[in-house]
Amino acid sequence: MTAQTAPIAKDVAKEPKTKVVLSDRTKAERRLGWWLAGPAFVVMLAVTVYPILQAFFDSLYRYRLTAPDDKAFIGLNNYVVVLTDPVFWQALGVTLFITVVTVLVEVVLGFILALLMHRAIKSLRGVLRTVILVPYGIITVVSAFAWFYMFDITSGFVNSWFDWVPGISQDLNWFAHQGTSLFVIMASEIWKTTPFISLLLLAGLAQVPGELDEAAEVDGATWGQRLRRVTLPNMKAAIMVAVLFRALDAFRIFDNVFIMTNGANGTTVLSLLAYRTSIGRLEIGLGSAISVLLFLCVIGICFIAIKLFKVDLAGARGES
Amino acid sequence: MRRRTRALALGTALAALLPLAACSAESGPPVLTWFINPDDGGQAEIAKRCTDQSGGAYSIEVSILPRDAASQREQLARRLAASDSSIDIMSLDPPFIPELSEPGFLAPIPDDVAAKVSQNVVAGALAGATWNGKLVTVPFWANTQLLWYRKSVAQAAGIDPAAGPVTWQQIMDAAKSQDKFLSVQGAKAESLTVWINALIEGAGGQILENPQAPADELKLGLDTPAGKAAADIIGTIGRENIAGPSLPTEDEGVSLTVFQGDKGSFMVNWPFVWSATNASVEQGTLPQSLVDDFGWALYPQTDAAQPSAPPYGGINLGIGAFSKHTDLAFDAAQCIVTPENQAYYFVANGNPPSNTESYNDPAVHKAFPMADVIRQSLEQAAPRPQTPYYNEVSTGLQETWHPPSSVNPDTTPQRSTDFITAVLHGEALL
Repeated sequence: MTAQTAPIAKDVAKEPKTKVVLSDRTKAERRLGWWLAGPAFVVMLAVTVYPILQAFFDSLYRYRLTAPDDKAFIGLNNYVVVLTDPVFWQALGVTLFITVVTVLVEVVLGFILALLMHRAIKSLRGVLRTVILVPYGIITVVSAFAWFYMFDITSGFVNSWFDWVPGISQDLNWFAHQGTSLFVIMASEIWKTTPFISLLLLAGLAQVPGELDEAAEVDGATWGQRLRRVTLPNMKAAIMVAVLFRALDAFRIFDNVFIMTNGANGTTVLSLLAYRTSIGRLEIGLGSAISVLLFLCVIGICFIAIKLFKVDLAGARGES
Repeated sequence: MRRRTRALALGTALAALLPLAACSAESGPPVLTWFINPDDGGQAEIAKRCTDQSGGAYSIEVSILPRDAASQREQLARRLAASDSSIDIMSLDPPFIPELSEPGFLAPIPDDVAAKVSQNVVAGALAGATWNGKLVTVPFWANTQLLWYRKSVAQAAGIDPAAGPVTWQQIMDAAKSQDKFLSVQGAKAESLTVWINALIEGAGGQILENPQAPADELKLGLDTPAGKAAADIIGTIGRENIAGPSLPTEDEGVSLTVFQGDKGSFMVNWPFVWSATNASVEQGTLPQSLVDDFGWALYPQTDAAQPSAPPYGGINLGIGAFSKHTDLAFDAAQCIVTPENQAYYFVANGNPPSNTESYNDPAVHKAFPMADVIRQSLEQAAPRPQTPYYNEVSTGLQETWHPPSSVNPDTTPQRSTDFITAVLHGEALL
């Protein structure tokens, strides 16, 4: 079916200005296309665009859920309160720190894992991939609790297993200091999402033409040179997509922080601040303003990645 | 193809409508949904008993809320703000009652019901169930913290809390002299507010001087001699490591674990610790000698010159304003809080009754030898500030009084006052 219609589509692309009379069959196919994609499109609009607009609308009001009668339009005042408050900037700083560190570590670890999987003996590859994917399959809340109890001072075993490491002792309360809390939060995050990155990178590795690598080897390139000059440049698209996806994900981190510290000791992240304001304090207006700012940050990251680093989303799927 | 599409559409429509038809076809007495805080099954059992006693007038179904009080409040407030008619009865933590009562989320209690359910109720519980001079919830069970101590440690340190009230300074010195840990709740959670409130009230102060005022007129009583005395105790325990390294993350459960361990000495905690420890002994995970070493007394005094003000907690029953069966829900609530059911709940789940009559039940004294101390503590207990802005006040306190080692009597009360005031005025984030 598609083989027959493809030439028509090409003709249309070549001569966009001449009006093409579509055959009944093409019209029917287009209609079918709309019928198939339409519902998903409508659902997308309903569950993303509508809430975003509603959040923006709410952010212009002083609106507390338990005092609905006091709702009042206050313009951009909520944004002024949020942007002039050090709590917001500290949360933004912590969020950025977690994003940068976790994504960097995950990309390095993920690449090593991807290389291992790529090079592993064929019979082992399937098993290896499944094993690596297990952490990614675990629900974040569950893994957060597992890591919390592991490091918890009363029920955890980490302190007694690792008390030979300088700085770790039976009396170390991991969740009582900013540095140690962030360490556990990030370690849990890295453990859980490295598999995701490694699979994306594995797909990129598989796309690197084997001939190039062989040709370089024949020319006497060392392993390191081949990796740097052949493999990495050919995988750039895959790496950038992996980094972008993970950065967006990491920036919205919530579960681990919520379970482990609930924002104590300067570990509040932006999502948690938005949650605490909208859901905890029931201040819908102020909370929506934080959510809108969080959304703008995410858009900013996308913009930087796509425009400045020229991430080609289609390229990574081999469509370019 | 078109015929197939139509068949598909019809099928989808039927699939969507059939469950609705099943709903409307359901028969039997009206089902009341009781939103409960998680417990050891006591509330479900009481629901069953009341369903049986109603003679077919209603049946009560329980629906479990999240574990911690703050999340319970969040869920109920969101549902009520959306006029959820499925909430018939709800188990409410007292500090959050004004916030839900103020916007009219709780059905007003008819005078005859109010008169009936206030009979023989301890003073603290009645105050906690009231807002703006009117009873807005039905008192169910009332909780209070006691001072629990290891008799061996107290004896070695030369103090006897059972003989008469002891002060915080005394138990701090005793724990330090014996190289043991004090079990208190220093985690950044509601339990920290409970502790701060008890200390301030114990010194004759109050967190809020005018709790009924609107948000921008609330006056805090933190930067006062009472507030400073509280900050001194918390800061000293934190800085001098009297409570051990777990203090900044210590909640009630962790406190109990520390108290049961080798370093256990004195602990302020709710009576659940008694049933929990006995259950562990029955399971064989803890020795009987540990329970034999348990002592109990009234909450320690902040100031030796005045009686302590133990924390007050518990659960009251609110009736949803949007419920379709408020009359039946009030009948059910009256059944739930009968002295017999309260006594059963105390014995089975360790949650003390708010009705003084229940304390006459011999089963209560057998299961809880400290029942009389609990009752006295309830009479003496001071509730946390009753204001619709409780969440802001409590979270603001946790934000500024945590970790305990950072609390300084000269700066913390003032900083805390400025911060909470700014939050209440809508000028700062929490």
